[in-house]
Amino acid sequence: MPGNPTSAPGIAPAMNAAQRFVMVGERTNVTGSAKFKKLILAGDYEAALDVAREQVENGARIVDVNMDEAMLDSEAAMVRFLNLIAAEPDICRVPVMIDSSKWSVIEAGLKCVQGKAIVNSISLKEGEAPFLQQARRIRRYGAAMVVMAFDETGQADTVVRKVDICARAYRLLTGQAGVPPQDIIFDPNIFAVATGIEEHDGYGIAFIEATRRIKATLPGSHVSGGLSNLSFSFRGNEPVRRAMHSVFLYHAIPAGLDMAIVNAGQLDVYDEIKPALRERVEDVVLNRRPDATDRLLEIAEEYRGGAVQQTKDDGWRDAPVEDRLIHALVHGIADHAEADAEEARLRFCKPLAVIEGPLMDGMSIVGDLFGAGKMFLPQVVKSARVMKKAVAWLEPFMEAEQDRQRAAAGKIVMATVKGDVHDIGKNIVGVVLRCNGYEVTDLGVMAPAELILDTAEAEDADLIGLSGLITPSLEEMCRVGAAMDRRGMTLPLLIGGATTSRMHTAVRIEPSYGGPVVHVADASRAVGVTRALLSAERKDGFVADTRSAFAALRDSHAAGRRGGVQTDLAAARANGCPLDWTGYTPPRPAQAEPVVLDDVAIGDLAARIDWMPFFRTWELAGAFPRILDDPKVGEAARALHADALAMLERMAAEGWTRPRGVAAFWPAARTGDDIELYRDEARGEVRDTLRMLRQQTAKTNRPNHCLADFVAPKDSGVPDWVGGFCVTAGEGIEQAAAGFEREHDDYSAIMVKALGDRLAEAFAEWLHEKVRRESWGYAAGESLSNEDLIAERYRGIRPAPGYPACPEHTEKRRLFALLDAERHTGVSLTESCAMLPASAVSGWYFSHPEARNFGVGKIGRDQVEDYAARKGWSLDEAERWLAPNLGYETVRRAA
Amino acid sequence: MSPKTAPSFRPAAAALEALAAERIPVMDGAMGTMIQAAQPTEEDFRGAAFARHDRALQGNNDLLNLTRPEIVRSIHEANLAAGADILKANTFNANAISQADYGLAYHAAEIARAGVRIARDAADAAMAAEPERPRFVAGVLGPTNRTASISPDVDDPGFRNVTFDELAAIYRENADAAISGGADIVLVETVFDTLNAKAALFAVEESFEAHGFRLPVIVSGTITDRSGRTLSGQTVEAFWTSVQHIRPFAIGLNCALGAEQLAPFVADLSRVAATRLSVHPNAGLPNAFGGYDETPDRTASFLGGWAQDGLVNIVGGCCGTTPAHIAAIRAAVDGIAPRRVPEPAGDLTLSGLEPFNLAA
Repeated sequence: MPGNPTSAPGIAPAMNAAQRFVMVGERTNVTGSAKFKKLILAGDYEAALDVAREQVENGARIVDVNMDEAMLDSEAAMVRFLNLIAAEPDICRVPVMIDSSKWSVIEAGLKCVQGKAIVNSISLKEGEAPFLQQARRIRRYGAAMVVMAFDETGQADTVVRKVDICARAYRLLTGQAGVPPQDIIFDPNIFAVATGIEEHDGYGIAFIEATRRIKATLPGSHVSGGLSNLSFSFRGNEPVRRAMHSVFLYHAIPAGLDMAIVNAGQLDVYDEIKPALRERVEDVVLNRRPDATDRLLEIAEEYRGGAVQQTKDDGWRDAPVEDRLIHALVHGIADHAEADAEEARLRFCKPLAVIEGPLMDGMSIVGDLFGAGKMFLPQVVKSARVMKKAVAWLEPFMEAEQDRQRAAAGKIVMATVKGDVHDIGKNIVGVVLRCNGYEVTDLGVMAPAELILDTAEAEDADLIGLSGLITPSLEEMCRVGAAMDRRGMTLPLLIGGATTSRMHTAVRIEPSYGGPVVHVADASRAVGVTRALLSAERKDGFVADTRSAFAALRDSHAAGRRGGVQTDLAAARANGCPLDWTGYTPPRPAQAEPVVLDDVAIGDLAARIDWMPFFRTWELAGAFPRILDDPKVGEAARALHADALAMLERMAAEGWTRPRGVAAFWPAARTGDDIELYRDEARGEVRDTLRMLRQQTAKTNRPNHCLADFVAPKDSGVPDWVGGFCVTAGEGIEQAAAGFEREHDDYSAIMVKALGDRLAEAFAEWLHEKVRRESWGYAAGESLSNEDLIAERYRGIRPAPGYPACPEHTEKRRLFALLDAERHTGVSLTESCAMLPASAVSGWYFSHPEARNFGVGKIGRDQVEDYAARKGWSLDEAERWLAPNLGYETVRRAA
Repeated sequence: MSPKTAPSFRPAAAALEALAAERIPVMDGAMGTMIQAAQPTEEDFRGAAFARHDRALQGNNDLLNLTRPEIVRSIHEANLAAGADILKANTFNANAISQADYGLAYHAAEIARAGVRIARDAADAAMAAEPERPRFVAGVLGPTNRTASISPDVDDPGFRNVTFDELAAIYRENADAAISGGADIVLVETVFDTLNAKAALFAVEESFEAHGFRLPVIVSGTITDRSGRTLSGQTVEAFWTSVQHIRPFAIGLNCALGAEQLAPFVADLSRVAATRLSVHPNAGLPNAFGGYDETPDRTASFLGGWAQDGLVNIVGGCCGTTPAHIAAIRAAVDGIAPRRVPEPAGDLTLSGLEPFNLAA
């Protein structure tokens, strides 16, 4: 069945060869098609199948499938796509070209196709032995193979080297690997011409000549090439590229080129190329004169116009400068911010007039749209980037004119409190407030109380905002409140951050400070709260309402506490998790030494990102990937996701950061609510003792959990182990963020931090799987999808000190010492036990199949006293670290 | 490591090649329907060895290799007496996937080895009685009841309930057992998903490598309806292209259809296959009760016709064929020259569901 051969257009002199010529579609190739890449990265395989189908309908006789992309699990994507293709008879009627530079991807692909495929490609790059081995494997899977003209010394660029390498490969394949000549397809490398480098001028003709000699001397073999390389230096000028491709084929096909990977839409009919262009393209492709490149460059621009431009509607650029600034703000387009700001400055005479005029107008539209739920946080932050750039341009002129009398709507001093390093949420709030005309002084992270209060006094601030993510920060916030009281301050105090809550603010922070205290749940509320607090008319009412609401919360809290049923510690211990250790042998870790990692690829981690928390950071709620199609926030989510993927790609390609991690395992046994770790498997010498907490809520039929219960008790004599780990996305995250901040690009700065957090979490998942499968090795056969991993459908848990199952943060110091984490990962602990850099995750590993995550919840004074004794602490110190978990009133007040 | 030399063939291969050059060898008829006709009971299937097995074993025909070998042996003997040159060992389901349905995955290799052994003994006995006529034993690799390129889940076409690697692993065991049991030929038959067959061939190749010698391989596909395609959607030419890397001794078609329905596809395959062509059809289409009614003379008349038309190199029978059919087939092809095998064209041949050819 000859089908419908796709022939190269208009190749009159060699009709027979041209009719036979096979174009291999490159549209299901992530390196060749931006559209396909986007679909695959977004997991939209259905639309990706349509791309393949369309290609076959348009006459492609072979479909090239390539999933080589740093951001992808390429093997999984190859398998998934080929399996899906197999269910589509209108696609899989044609053969597949399995295209990858990774052997593992090729082999995974070969296991999915019932037909006879082509492998693209193998080469002598690594020498004869691996080349022959791969060829024999391919043969065993029943496929043909593309062989690149590439040997131990590199890619062949001259005719002689191309032919020599192909001849050597031919001899090896036919002589030693039993490959029939017709199953060998040589790719003698099409390289870019017209690059301006003289040695490159002959690349086109070298390919053509090599093709001729290969076909003449290596009987039965075929020749193929990847066409788009040729015209690489004319990126963006599609008409010239198309002409180059067509001219190249016109000459290469009669020389024996059998097939090429090409975008069929990227070809013109040879005879229809304008003669002036054709002549100069031909000069370049065939290297007919030394000035060929210059002559093509001379006229190339004239042809660009006809190109299918990336449809970017630039119509708004024709509007007056005020409108342009507003448009740029509302649409978050930063490209022209400085030029437009300058033009407006000249027009308005005073830089301040630009800020207070079109820039503030634009921002108030943004603020209104945000308030009305018509814009979303990522878009607002992009708008802020435009604003910041424009203002940064104008500021030097304002200073020169001593024109600093900006009428800010209010001044706010913000900080992440001492001991804490998390600032994504705070930064977003800062951006949103600035967008709404407030002047924000951001003191960054780990800000001591004195610095915050001194700054507020010096700048005569209207508000102070405190942020924190880890639980010890809650206590630090109380201390800041108390210090404000001592200074006699009365300005409002805003509280925000992931562990803060209205209840905690009401119960703990408000009593520590006489002035107004308000909890701000998220960035979208910040403006409303700030406006109310700074409005002469509304302030008193708002403060009174907040106070009475907090009082009510405190009452209900106290009532809840009185009524809250708690068991005493002894009873809770008696009702521990009843695991039977007689019939169970805990798995012994396969690897005794610590696992130290510093070469994990960003791409491998990126494939495991749990996107939902990422979108939540940006206050876009919804499950991923459904959120991308959400009728309300879908557009914003898609744009944000695309920006995130693009940044991840740059991060991987440009090596912004080096993720590092460590994991280790220690012989362990439970003693009460503690876990003893031993120096070695003789278990004679205790190395350290982990202190765990137990649930004390009264329960029927369910145990009062404590992590210690998941470890074999010492008196059982059953040898058990506990593991620990620490991973970080690396120090490069904060450096990259600082770089963006210097460029007034808050959007990218927040983005890189949000991605850093996701990468650290992904790394923790990745490492946990490695530990389960290899290093501890109790789940060697485990095979779970990313969704399964996110849903934690695996055996064993990795609870983190400071989080619900083991909420006391200082145990992290023990973990870090055991792991020597700072040396292995560069992560250190602040005085509040926050990890620095912030994009880090650490925790314990428990392997028991029944081990599960839980929340310790509220605990009684008996356990706090017991815990203090076990830790060697005073009761006061224990109550301070356990504050969020105290199930009783303390007499202690924040100092 | 020095380059591996391709394992060489065993002596029986030369004898088979000589026979196939001289005349059209005849393969035996059905095993499954013959066993059913013998009406073995649950107790027969269980024997002493599996008397306490926790589930019913009736219908596990391959298990009889261990528990009632004489039933199997007598079917082979009847076929030999009818003139068969090639015996198909009773190992169609002697693989770990098929045996897992009976809870006997761990016995698959043992069952396979015993099956080949029974056929071997029968063939050896026949050759002892008639030394000038060689008889051959084919170790059979069946398709299993899973498909590597078709999803069993209508809602998720990308899902698979078996992988290439899993198939290759169970086929490796099956192939090792057949080869060590004394087979002269490996027959991968009733191929309805070519990816399963490719996994089998992958395993067979590895087994040859491990044993240090090769056996002739016959690959036989199954056309499931008159569209002329395999269950997994390939045309006969695409099927041939997909398995030619094993350099099969013969490529063929068997099962599912009777000779009458199979005729056009035999002609198609005969035109393109640059190797011997083997066909063993069913005794017509099944009747309303699942039985086969086509008479020996009628089956033999189709096969004899193909032989006269120069379309076939090996013939035999599948479901519903009896020793009487084999005797009739033998008589029908006797004295007729085998099909002339076309020279390979030297094209680059590829395939999806359909073939692709590119001349050198």
